[in-house]
Amino acid sequence: MPVFSYLAYPVRGAKHELLKELNNLSYCEAMPADNEEILILVTDTPDPETEEQLAATLKKLHSLESLSMTFGHADY
Amino acid sequence: MDITRRTLIKTAAVNSALAAAATLFPDISFGAWQNVDNTSARIDWKKTPCRFCGTGCGLLVGISGNRAVAVKGDPNCSVNKGLCCVKGYHSVQILYSKDRITKAQVRKNGKMVEVPMEEALDLIAEKMKETIKAHGKDAVAMYGSGQWTIPDGYAASKLFKGCIGTNNVEANARLCMASAVTGFLTSFGLDEPMGCYDDIDHADVFVTWGNNMVEMHPVLFSRMLANRKIKKHVKIIDFATRSTRTSQAADKSILFRPQTDLAVANAICYEIIRNGWVNEDFVNKHCSFHKGKTNIGYGTEDHFKFKDKAEASSFEEYKRFLAEYTPEKVEKISGVSAMDIKYLASLYGDPGKKVTSFWCMGMNQHTRGTWINNLVYNIHLLVGKISSPGNSPFSLTGQPSACGTVREVGTLTHKLPHGVVMKEKARKMAAEIWNVPVENISPTPTYHTVEMFRALDRGDIRFMWIQVTNPMVTMPNLIRYRDGAEKDDRFVVVSDVYPTPTTDVADVILPAAMWIEQEGFFGNSERRTQHFDEIVPPPGDAMSDTWQLIEVARRLGFEKQFPWSRDTYIQDIWNEYIRFHDSPKHRMAPYEVLRTQSGVQWPFVNGKETKWRFNAKYDPAAQQEDFHFYGKPDNRAWIWLRPYEPAAESPDSEYPFWLNTGRVIEHWHTGSMTRRVPILHGAVPAAYVEINPEDAAALGIVNGAKVKISSRRGSIYMTASINGRGNPPMGMIFVPFFDEKYLINELTLDAFCPISKQPDYKKCAVKLESV
Repeated sequence: MPVFSYLAYPVRGAKHELLKELNNLSYCEAMPADNEEILILVTDTPDPETEEQLAATLKKLHSLESLSMTFGHADY
Repeated sequence: MDITRRTLIKTAAVNSALAAAATLFPDISFGAWQNVDNTSARIDWKKTPCRFCGTGCGLLVGISGNRAVAVKGDPNCSVNKGLCCVKGYHSVQILYSKDRITKAQVRKNGKMVEVPMEEALDLIAEKMKETIKAHGKDAVAMYGSGQWTIPDGYAASKLFKGCIGTNNVEANARLCMASAVTGFLTSFGLDEPMGCYDDIDHADVFVTWGNNMVEMHPVLFSRMLANRKIKKHVKIIDFATRSTRTSQAADKSILFRPQTDLAVANAICYEIIRNGWVNEDFVNKHCSFHKGKTNIGYGTEDHFKFKDKAEASSFEEYKRFLAEYTPEKVEKISGVSAMDIKYLASLYGDPGKKVTSFWCMGMNQHTRGTWINNLVYNIHLLVGKISSPGNSPFSLTGQPSACGTVREVGTLTHKLPHGVVMKEKARKMAAEIWNVPVENISPTPTYHTVEMFRALDRGDIRFMWIQVTNPMVTMPNLIRYRDGAEKDDRFVVVSDVYPTPTTDVADVILPAAMWIEQEGFFGNSERRTQHFDEIVPPPGDAMSDTWQLIEVARRLGFEKQFPWSRDTYIQDIWNEYIRFHDSPKHRMAPYEVLRTQSGVQWPFVNGKETKWRFNAKYDPAAQQEDFHFYGKPDNRAWIWLRPYEPAAESPDSEYPFWLNTGRVIEHWHTGSMTRRVPILHGAVPAAYVEINPEDAAALGIVNGAKVKISSRRGSIYMTASINGRGNPPMGMIFVPFFDEKYLINELTLDAFCPISKQPDYKKCAVKLESV
């Protein structure tokens, strides 16, 4: 049951689009900074397989520039 | 919400990300995160104004389940822009002290006994009926607060003034800003500041008149410091009777002898005129000159009456009047050097500088409080530095809704929500909106606060209901008023959240919902109305003060005037109340708008708030080409000829020290809430007396020693503080009033400004003894 948090950097001008896309994904919660072009993403998946699938999905998001992991927990 | 291990892990994940973000971007804010869906792993954030002080900071309160667990500043609130002071950051802890009053109590055989709420409400209504029958309607009284929500004060005014038919409604704001009100009314004809906090961002010079903003309005002072940091030429001048943290942070500290601010203000005007710094075009177009009565007394005797009479004057007469106030003459009275007086005048007089003056209790708690307000307005008017960005004479308020509830709703004996009881037109408007016969509303004011407690002592008042305030700590000359409240045939009801010296004298105690345990509105210093929801449920049987009043009103037979349901009564009251202010001079924002924003400034006209009144560029009510002081019949602001007159009681050979009282940043007023917050209590656990080091040495007093302070009214033993956070000049001591173990108001004098009826807590004579 992995839990991770990230700083999510949108591509230029796509902060709101990224927020929407992340919050539409299962196992994801995103919150935007009020005054910077950055979001916080928390993922909470039920098992390692789902976590891998989610990671693959995230890589495909066009509005996402990069992710920096800030926290990781894997309760296997 | 249950806190599970998984929730904790996710919270840690969020916190790690927040910390990492803050490392990269020190000013980053995530204020909007409460809007994100699917937040089960986090706390929910709800907006509210802070309930301490009159600044009106926007807060976001973090909710977990039914409990408030966290606070942060609301970055979307223009007042504080995400910043809080130490009280604000700890504010939610005031909800949860173990001795919270959660059940109604009634005194039976001398002891307070818990009873069902219904029984207590029945008893209150019964006692009111009995008292009115036996002693008349003016024998029942309501004493409220600038911490009342707007609906609280509105319900109280409607019940007492409209339904019962007595003008016995007062509020503790009489003790903190009545002089500001009479100052505004006499100079401009309308209450409340013409400017707003945006002035802080525009001003080049700030003068704090007897105003320790670092401790009393710290968030606003931080904005001043930010302005000074950005614009290097910005100056802060602290003009005060003792050295405080504000003096230390200021560019220049100027000390004056108590009461002599009157003389210094006149001397500044003298210098402005002498140097040709008068904005003659502004004065000719927008000002008129007036004088009033002099030698007006101090109100220390029962039944004191005073009514000022304005007479027309002229610029020439004003100049002759000011001839008595040359800097050299005033130096002798005030102790302020002629050079410093000239320096102050030069700051105000420089046409290239925008000047904002701030004041609060130092000018308002003053036996000539109305006059000193007038005199500072005179300075700004002479140089035309008013009602425009950065040019602002600004009276700050001390309580979260002293403006919103007391001044705007009018919970003072002479006031109605619009206008005064003496005016037939105002009574007719109130009667129509309240659905009562106009004859119900008495045209005669009864008792202002000091006189109301005197009436309780004398027996003219037999029943008093006190909500959201603690007069058995705050009344000056306290011993008399406590003895009066404890008399056998007086009946005192107290609605409060914690035991206090005021609940000690109660016959009935009602458990009150506080702050975010109820829906409500506050109104801050800058005409900003702020809505808050019921965010957490009140404990036990606690209910809002508004609903307590409605319950009693219905028991008294006023169901028709108080028909609202418990689900919508706040909205319904708001919609009824704003009918009183439906004009471009004072229109309030609709309920729906207030719900969505961190406050809206009135006048709210055509969907826009008004930042600067009386200036046609910003104020839709201003009909002239540039400025329009439409509050006065002559459409001008009034410059007043007001002399220096001494304090009601000054040091003498028997009582050689001035006693000055006030607050500290950690504690709110009488400390009934903040002393229950461990970190605030730990920071300042007990009151103390600040003594000048030279006075202490002469009396053989060392830091931390016990001393005895005595006035003609009482004595108290306290711990000495020498070279502490504040330092009074020789011949003065200072005592904060937050600590009920040290009731400093047993020593203070109940003298007041004869115009505003606001007492002077800053000046009486005491002696000091080493013990």
